[in-house]
Amino acid sequence: MRSRRAVIWRWLACAVLLFVVGISLAANFIAPAGYARQYREVADAPPSHQHWLGTDEIGRDRFARVLYGTRISLLLAPAAALLSTLVAALVGGLAGYLGGGWARAAMAVTDLFLSLPWLFLLITVRAVMPLNVSPLVSVMVTFVMLGLLGWTSAARVLCATASSLRGSDFVRQAKASGIRGVRLFWIHVLPNLRPVLYAQFWISIPVFILSEANLGILGLGVAEPLPSWGSLLQELEGLVSVGSEPWKFVPLLLLAVVVTAFQFVLSNQEELAA
Amino acid sequence: MQGLTRQIARHAIALVATVLLGGLLSAVLMRLAPGFDTDEQELDPHLNAASIQVLKQARIEQHNIFRYYFHSLQRAARGDLGTSLSLGQPVSTLLKERAPLTLRLVGLGLLLSWTVAMAFALSAAWLRVSAYDALTTFLSGTLLCLPAAVLALLAVLWRLPEALAIALIVFPRIYRYSRNLLDKAYSQSHILTARAKGVGELRILFWHAIPVAAPQLLAVAGVSVSIAVGAAIPVEAICGQAGIGQLAWQAALARDLPLLTNLTILVTAVTLLANSGADVIGHMLRGQEA
Amino acid sequence: MLALRKSILAAAICLGATGGAWAQGELRFCLHTEPKTFDPLKVEDESSVMVRYLTGGVLLRMNRQTQALEPELALSWKVSKDGKQITFKLRSGVSFSDGTPFSAEDVAYTVQQLMDPALHSATGDAFRSGPGNVETKIISPTQISITFPAPVAGLDRQFDQVAIMSAHSAKKEMAVLGPFMVDEYKAGATLRLKRNPNFWKTDAQGRKLPYLDSIKIDIQPNRDVEMLRFKRSEIDLINTLDSEYYDKVATTSPQLVHDAGPSLDTEQLWFNQVAKSPLPAYKKTWFHSAAFRRAISQAINRDDLSRVVFRGHAQPAIGPVSPANKFWFNARLKPQTYSPDAALKALQAEGFRLENGTLKDSFGNAVVFSIITNSGNKARERMATMIQEDLQKIGIHLNVVTLDFPSLIERMTQTFDYEAIMLGLANVGLDPTDQMNVWLSSSENHQWNPSEKTPETAWEAEIDRLMRVQASSADTRKRKEAFDRVQEIAVDQQPFIYLVNKNALSAVSASVQGASPVIIAPQTYWNVERLSLK
Repeated sequence: MRSRRAVIWRWLACAVLLFVVGISLAANFIAPAGYARQYREVADAPPSHQHWLGTDEIGRDRFARVLYGTRISLLLAPAAALLSTLVAALVGGLAGYLGGGWARAAMAVTDLFLSLPWLFLLITVRAVMPLNVSPLVSVMVTFVMLGLLGWTSAARVLCATASSLRGSDFVRQAKASGIRGVRLFWIHVLPNLRPVLYAQFWISIPVFILSEANLGILGLGVAEPLPSWGSLLQELEGLVSVGSEPWKFVPLLLLAVVVTAFQFVLSNQEELAA
Repeated sequence: MQGLTRQIARHAIALVATVLLGGLLSAVLMRLAPGFDTDEQELDPHLNAASIQVLKQARIEQHNIFRYYFHSLQRAARGDLGTSLSLGQPVSTLLKERAPLTLRLVGLGLLLSWTVAMAFALSAAWLRVSAYDALTTFLSGTLLCLPAAVLALLAVLWRLPEALAIALIVFPRIYRYSRNLLDKAYSQSHILTARAKGVGELRILFWHAIPVAAPQLLAVAGVSVSIAVGAAIPVEAICGQAGIGQLAWQAALARDLPLLTNLTILVTAVTLLANSGADVIGHMLRGQEA
Repeated sequence: MLALRKSILAAAICLGATGGAWAQGELRFCLHTEPKTFDPLKVEDESSVMVRYLTGGVLLRMNRQTQALEPELALSWKVSKDGKQITFKLRSGVSFSDGTPFSAEDVAYTVQQLMDPALHSATGDAFRSGPGNVETKIISPTQISITFPAPVAGLDRQFDQVAIMSAHSAKKEMAVLGPFMVDEYKAGATLRLKRNPNFWKTDAQGRKLPYLDSIKIDIQPNRDVEMLRFKRSEIDLINTLDSEYYDKVATTSPQLVHDAGPSLDTEQLWFNQVAKSPLPAYKKTWFHSAAFRRAISQAINRDDLSRVVFRGHAQPAIGPVSPANKFWFNARLKPQTYSPDAALKALQAEGFRLENGTLKDSFGNAVVFSIITNSGNKARERMATMIQEDLQKIGIHLNVVTLDFPSLIERMTQTFDYEAIMLGLANVGLDPTDQMNVWLSSSENHQWNPSEKTPETAWEAEIDRLMRVQASSADTRKRKEAFDRVQEIAVDQQPFIYLVNKNALSAVSASVQGASPVIIAPQTYWNVERLSLK
């Protein structure tokens, strides 16, 4: 039974997400300047009437960069999270459902995936891409790679969950009723994997946003002058001086609010399903 | 009992084979990645052509990666893990010196993160107060949004133990999984029956909810080990701790094949041990339930 | 009165008992990477060079402040007219840190080890000006002459990098002649050096040097953490300080930071001129054109780079040599002017045209190219982004790509799959011979077009000739003339587009006495034997 408070949280969360998406789409109208324009006379400036969140180290308006960066990150990170969740469901969920040798083989592959230094695959991907690739293509490739590599943790948990479900009463009952194979997995097993799938999705969004920025050292991720939340959050690494510049924490606050909002929407979906 | 022994033996064989395969695959990945054959010293304008050629020839043994890996396994069987190309020291010495520090950091970090995550998850599951839920969600979400490097810097700034930085990186992941699994356990019909029969909330939590979620929680525990090992890399690098994490990062950037292959074998072994252990215990628990 | 005399006598006895040493605590600072070796002959990386500076005893030392060469273990020296031979008169009564006596035999041993063909090191290669063996002649225990098969330009100055090793000590490279010796090393964490009790130098009052008891060096790659530790007084100095931290510390404690002026370091970018590179033919045509390169150079606002990226702690570069190199800098060179209009005009004269804000060549190809730089260097990343905007003003679209260093080196030296690269030269030596392998067209380090079988352009052939002239001459005036001409050609042809000369910034705690930061490494502890702590 859904409590009134839970409904209010959900609506609030949806409103927050819609607001953030809305302002990012309206960045062209809201932002005082383009995200790339360099106001070199006022580089690394504090907030002012002209630059509401100040400027970055080379004079670009931070508020504009937060707005435009939201577009990139808010669109691509959840998409990559969805991809990793689907792959985890496929590998882990199916392996647990099938059990036996399938599960053992799938989990051995998963453990291997967890241990390998994928850094080198990503370096190779960058090498294969042309140097003059557009920043948007570069960031899309990055998020696809993250989605394809980020499923391993959840796959293990999904396998354990699906294994538990194999012996449950309702699954036995379904089998006794003649439901088998893909239909059994799709209708009876997969919905019960939702808690882990939602957790995986929710965790992956900020993790991928941050990973995209870290992959900048390999030439992947967003390329200058395009902003992303990850690249904006990297400003916090100058923490020693950032402490006296609290406006630099705005991207962190925004991301935390969005991630929390996602969780409220997802948890409410779970209640609805129950 | 016989079934358990068979399972342990199967796990052991799979572990060894997977570890060796992991070492080979990491060597192949590194060999194929650009920058393998290079050395930063080549750019030194003081070096003449002959010296640069010698630098380039230093890695010729590694060109045929399969032969190289086979020979390095042979040497490893005699206790010789090779010499690090970037640090010029025996790999075995480097690992012996640095592994204890990382083990300590990762172990403490995991203990801390699990303690806090389970405390929050259990209390949230038990209390079922939406404001408390919102707060813990926001807290764990914020920690997820902080780059690992920033958490490590905070540890330095506030003179916190490095294990705490690792714990803060791992905690939100464990919390979310645990929270959702406990929620799911609570939605089972037997919980409703227990409540209808007047069973207290604490008893329901520890006797009826946790046991249902236990196999999955164990799987999360196994996975959290590799998350913690990954978290050790930025924490050690920034906090100036000479551990395996810092070594791994240096080795990757320098394309140090002998060092990185051995490190991958070590990490693969640790990951597999953790996950296999979780699998075996999970199997035992499911067997008990049956 | 008697009590006072007794106190003075007691103090004098104590000072005497300590050998006249002025014991003054432990200096603490950080290195950003681990030293790879303590063998002074095999030193390649910056950290190992620093350790060698602190522990190694050299025959001659360039005074980092005056840039003049001074006697150290050698009392005097003489270089032959042909630049092939150098004769040293050595100090007597000097011992290594383990008590082994120092003599000409040790110098001969060191030189023979250094010139061993099996040893491939930057230190040794600096002396390898031609094929053949080196001859060492021990004239007496305190006199030695060394003859090289070919003239070595700046022969005496090269000995600043040669730390003398003992021919007889069982401790090998750990027996040193410098002010400090290695005491403790925890790999990846800390290196502790302690005073060398047998260090030969004394101060003007006859007190034994060094003043410091020990030096504690932490390995700390992260500059933010280094800054934090300095602020907390956990370390006493930062040898190379980032400009943004300089300003932040200067706001509250200006006496702690030092700007020694332009360093010898350069930041530059260059275009790929390798004929066999996998670039499309039209791009090769652009990059081979000196007029194109000059136009690009003119379109870059160097004043803004200096002001914004380095916060005023840099100067627009003029040519290959920093003005800080007082003798070798060609003072006749004019600073690069910033003029996007002139740059556009120059490009239009070459057949380029502006169409709807995009510059196109005479065949209609849009001028789009990429610039690669190494990731993790924030200053270079910011410069690249600013240059991106500068070039946008003349219709050129620049893609900024940051790569990890090994991938970048592979593109630069093996696959030649790049269009433009931005890097820099750090710890550049004063003498032009240090850059020989950059300017010679046959060299592997001739970065825009390495290992040319024969010079592909007339100006490269001319540079080859001039560099060989200056390398083979002992006449400083003749060398200066030749190298001045090299600089003029370099500025005219722009194979490297020089961007800025960074200032040498450092931070020194108020507790350190005697520090006088300079531009040449090691900037803050070049006179380490005379540093003390309050």
